[in-house]
Amino acid sequence: MSAEVTSPAPAPAFTWERFLKRALKPVVHVLCLVPLAWIVYRTFTNDLGANPVEAIIRYLGDWALRFLLIALAVTPVRILTGWNIVGRLRRMLGLYAFAYVVLHLCGYVVLDHFFDWVTIWKDIVKRTYITVGMAALLMLLPLAVTSTDGMVRRLGGAQWRKLHMLVYPAGIAGVIHYFLMIKAGFQQPLLYAVILTALFGVRLYKRA
Amino acid sequence: MLIRQKKTSEVASHEITPEHVYLNRRTFIQATGLIAGSLALGATAGQAAVMPAKGAKFADVKKGYSKLGEKDTPTTFEAVTTYNNYYEFGTGKDDPAQNAGPFKPLPWTVQVDGLCNKPGTLGFDDFLKPHALEERIYRMRCVEAWSMVIPWVGISLADVVKRFEPQGSAKYIRFETVVRPAEMSGQRSSHILPWPYVEGLRLDEAQNPLAILAVGLYGQPLLGQNGAPIRLVVPWKYGFKGVKSIVRISFVEEEPKNTWRTMNSDEYGFYANVNPKVDHPRWTQASERRIGAGGGLGGLISPRQATLMFNGYQEEVAHLYDGMNLSRYY
Repeated sequence: MSAEVTSPAPAPAFTWERFLKRALKPVVHVLCLVPLAWIVYRTFTNDLGANPVEAIIRYLGDWALRFLLIALAVTPVRILTGWNIVGRLRRMLGLYAFAYVVLHLCGYVVLDHFFDWVTIWKDIVKRTYITVGMAALLMLLPLAVTSTDGMVRRLGGAQWRKLHMLVYPAGIAGVIHYFLMIKAGFQQPLLYAVILTALFGVRLYKRA
Repeated sequence: MLIRQKKTSEVASHEITPEHVYLNRRTFIQATGLIAGSLALGATAGQAAVMPAKGAKFADVKKGYSKLGEKDTPTTFEAVTTYNNYYEFGTGKDDPAQNAGPFKPLPWTVQVDGLCNKPGTLGFDDFLKPHALEERIYRMRCVEAWSMVIPWVGISLADVVKRFEPQGSAKYIRFETVVRPAEMSGQRSSHILPWPYVEGLRLDEAQNPLAILAVGLYGQPLLGQNGAPIRLVVPWKYGFKGVKSIVRISFVEEEPKNTWRTMNSDEYGFYANVNPKVDHPRWTQASERRIGAGGGLGGLISPRQATLMFNGYQEEVAHLYDGMNLSRYY
């Protein structure tokens, strides 16, 4: 496409790069909200089967883990493809992962146990998969809190990066949480474990 | 132990069932007639059990023992037939309903063998014929802490045991599910469970009047996802004891190695009696979610309810476990 030379105030020429820079975030925002919109829609159309509570909690958990892996994939994708623009999405995707984790937890606390804190505490202490899931959440919490530019400045780059290394154990804990929850038929968590390992592999390879 | 009829609150299922599918006046009238008849004749009297024609309901089903609490409204037919654990058809709750289509429950044969005087391989009609069909509305408590109330149609397991004449050395009964990977998609994967699925009971448990072999629910033959054409129902135990699509029944001397226990013996035992005091490592067993119980936010927030010892059948079965440490024999 060529620029309009006759126009008095020439609009900047359309380039894919500029378009991408402008549209990338809004598009990704919409995409990230689609899973949430879908479960809300299914809830209101009564399409969640016989056990809607379980369906909602599982669904949110699935997407929490997927978003965590997607956020963890940003840097490996940049390394492998050289598309530096995806780096802009890292914080946003990480925050969406955290948001889905929190929604997953809310499903458990509100829908499953309706604020029965005694039972919930017993669950956290006694049931390994819940303990591990809670640990993942606790590791992600400071990352979400320190995700603002101000916090990066306040902590200083080095400190901030060190703190945000917590995302790796959180990712591992998320996958273990899934593994421990399942009774039999481990293909799905195994797939997540393989993806996580591959993502770590790319980073280690790059560093070596 | 004989179940004392006066202790039961006999509620005809048409009074408590919201299902239109279940409002079959003729069956009800026949059944009430049969209650009167069976009270006079005793528990074992009854007609020959026969499978109904395709699409039809069972005839001659007498009302059997159904001890229900106030909140025990039968779970809808829809929920009972779409929310299932039957890993032979996949591990998702909706997998069995979606994948059971290719499964052909009839023709069917049941092999009876082991330590008994009358072993044999019987066609399904021959297997059923000597027995009387009864409706039993039972609570069903899954080890995953959800529960349903299901109106089964079945035959007394005690009668079946008696018929094949177990020998003195037979201490246990072992059941095996069919293996048909061509029709059961989950069985095409060896990563899910080792097939065939195996379950078992102590012989005196099998002879308890509560235990039945179910062939139907809501008056009609079982669907594939519910374990067609014949499955075990032992309502005081967790649901996984209810082995489905049974092709083999063996009388044995040693405790059968039931599938889930061989998978993970820390979590699943042989007895698997519903017990709110013995927790499963991954689910609290103190409470349960009753499927379809309603509640706030359009049924979304439904409070859990307390799980009862032996799923509320303590009076009928507790004596089987006198002197046993139920934390050890879970």
